Parts: sequence; C-alpha cells; structure tokens
Amino acid sequence: MMAPFFKYDLFGDEFSLIVAVLIGFGFGFFLERAGFGSARKLTAQFYLIDLAVFKVMFTAIVTAMLGVFYLSWMGFLDLSLVYLSTTYLVPQLLGGALLGFGFVVGGYCPGTSVVGMATGRVDALVYGAGLMAGIFVFGEAYPFIEGFMYSTDMGTITLPQLFGVPYGLVMLVIVLIALLGFWAAPSIERYFRNKLTEEV
Amino acid sequence: MTVATNLAPSEPRRQAAAPAIESRRGSPFMNPYLAGIGLGLVLLSAFFIMGRGLGASGAFSSATAVVVEKVAPEHARANDFYLGYLESGLDGHTMKSWLVFEVLGVLMGGFFSGALAGRLSPTVDKGPRISIRGRLAFAFAGGILMGVGAKFARGCTSGQALSGGALLNVGSWAFMIMVFAGAYALAFFVRRQWI
Repeated sequence: MMAPFFKYDLFGDEFSLIVAVLIGFGFGFFLERAGFGSARKLTAQFYLIDLAVFKVMFTAIVTAMLGVFYLSWMGFLDLSLVYLSTTYLVPQLLGGALLGFGFVVGGYCPGTSVVGMATGRVDALVYGAGLMAGIFVFGEAYPFIEGFMYSTDMGTITLPQLFGVPYGLVMLVIVLIALLGFWAAPSIERYFRNKLTEEV
Repeated sequence: MTVATNLAPSEPRRQAAAPAIESRRGSPFMNPYLAGIGLGLVLLSAFFIMGRGLGASGAFSSATAVVVEKVAPEHARANDFYLGYLESGLDGHTMKSWLVFEVLGVLMGGFFSGALAGRLSPTVDKGPRISIRGRLAFAFAGGILMGVGAKFARGCTSGQALSGGALLNVGSWAFMIMVFAGAYALAFFVRRQWI
C-alpha cells in the first residue's frame, strides 16, 4: 500500500501545489479537446442534438471508477484515504437543480467556463463574474441558512452502503447505464437533429 | 411518386440532418470517448497522487472571499463561509490553495489545447437567434444561479458529479440527477439562446 502518495507524505504541501497545476493542466486540456470550451457544444446536450457531455462525462466516470477500484483491489491504493465528501441530501438536491438551471441559462459549469475564458470567449468571462456574484449572494445569506446547510446529514456514504449491495454490482449497473446511453446516443442525436432541421 | 423521387438522387426527399456541434474555427473536436478516457485518467491520477478529486467552484469561492475581505475585512471575517476559505490557504495566503492552483492549471491546459488546435479567438459563443447583449445577460444570470447552486451542493460538476460520481458517493449521484433534471426542465424556455 503506497498511494495516495500525498496521504503517505511522499511530498509536502508546497509540492502539492505543483501537482495541482499539472493535474489542472490535464483537466483543462481534455475539456478543451472535447469542445467543452464552447457553450453551444455543452448546451446541445439539453436539446439532445449532440450528447458529447453525456459521453465524455460517463466515459470519465467509468474510467476513474474502475481505475480506483482495481488499484485498490490490487493493493496499490488505500481507498479509505481518498477524500469522500459528506452527503447532505436536501441541500445537494436543491443545489443540483439550481446548478442545472445555471448550466442551461449561462452555458457553462465552473470548470468549463475557465476553458471558455482560456480560449477567448467573452461570454465565459461574463459568466465567471456572475459566478462570483452568485457565491457572494450565497455568502451574504450564509448566516441565515447555515442550519439548513447541515440538515439531512447522511455522513460519508456510498451507493453500495446505502443499498446494502456489493461495490461491484453498483459498478456494473453504472457501466450498463453508460453503455446503454452510448448505444442509444446516435439515434437520439439523429432524431433531434432532423427535427431541428425541419423546424428551421 | 415515390419511385420518381427515389430515382432522382440530385433532389433528396429529405434535407440532411444538422451535424454535431463543431468548432467554428481550427481543427475538429476530439472523439468524445477518447476525451472521456483522458479526463478519467486525469481524475484517477488526482485520486492516486493526491487522494482527492478535481474541482472548480472552490477556486471561485476563494477569489470571492478575497474580494469581500478587501472591501470589508471585518464583515468577511465575521462570516463562517468566507472565513473558511480565507483560512484554508497555505501559510495564511487564501489564494495559495490546492484548488486555486488546479484551476490555474485548467486555464493553461485549456489555452494550450486551444492553441494547438487553432481554436483561440475572442468571441461570444451563442446560437444564431440571440443578440450578443442578450447572450451576455444570460451568461451573467446563469453564473449567479450556478454560484448559488454550487455552494448549496458543496461543489459543482467537477467536484461532485465527476469526482464524487467515480467514488459512488450518494450525495454526488443525487446531485447529478438533479443537475440534468434542472437543465432539461429549463431548456425549452431558453432555447432561442442556443438553437
């Protein structure tokens, strides 16, 4: 057992910032490669004319999910040392819905807006200003909603723990959902693109 | 009738479907499955090297906290939300935090990939049926919704959906379902902005 390296003190805080830049570089690189610096490309997911968001997101989730599992199963990675955030169910459901609204209205999510800015998109820059304004609004309201933010605390919990089923079974279901989506994507895209062409 | 139409290939009965959303300049985007594998490996290395996932909104929170503190130091330090970010950086520097540096990396990686593909240009990304001014107003409004939402959810698409999703985190999957539900629910009303 030797990973996560940082948790085993293989390097310190200062060096972790260099790692941060490198990992961020890879993150930004592949987001831009996929076309996610473009709000049109991202929001096409919500009109079902280009499902790249689903494809990229689920391929990434499945890759990392299987990777983490196998590395931990083979004994290279201590999964208990990988940070798992606490589930506060109702605040997260509400936040998710607001974030979905913001995604289709604003055209980006925070990470992709950074890639939009990097490739010269003025709307991404304006979106980033709005993002900070939204965080400010939340910050000013925080003293009044602090209680709500810690409500429906479920602790750190995974889907296999919640449903009382093996980890592998949940992974299998997620892989099947992803494959079903990938299989159906071309027909869905074709159908809604045809519809769009007829309307215009 | 049908036979005649079929015999005239120069006049297709049906207009060709609109293509995938492509870049307006430079080379085409990468195959989404390849890009997804790349992204997944980056996420995996974050878990393996750092023991944590990716993030984005947290860096914007640090920046917001710094601005609020510059304008009203006492007000900022009396608020647990701002204080949490103000005190989270290394050596007492708020911006010396892991997520801020990671997002700087995202900026560089996005720029590098865009430059490599010839996709860098100052532009406003929008559909054909909305003015630039209108699009920018929507971008700002959407940013506000996103900012509030990401703070309620304690993370955004990167930190919750991608990172928590790969770790089978319950809150992350509940969040992810609501993101798609919310976006699809509102998509019809803002369609003139995009299609």
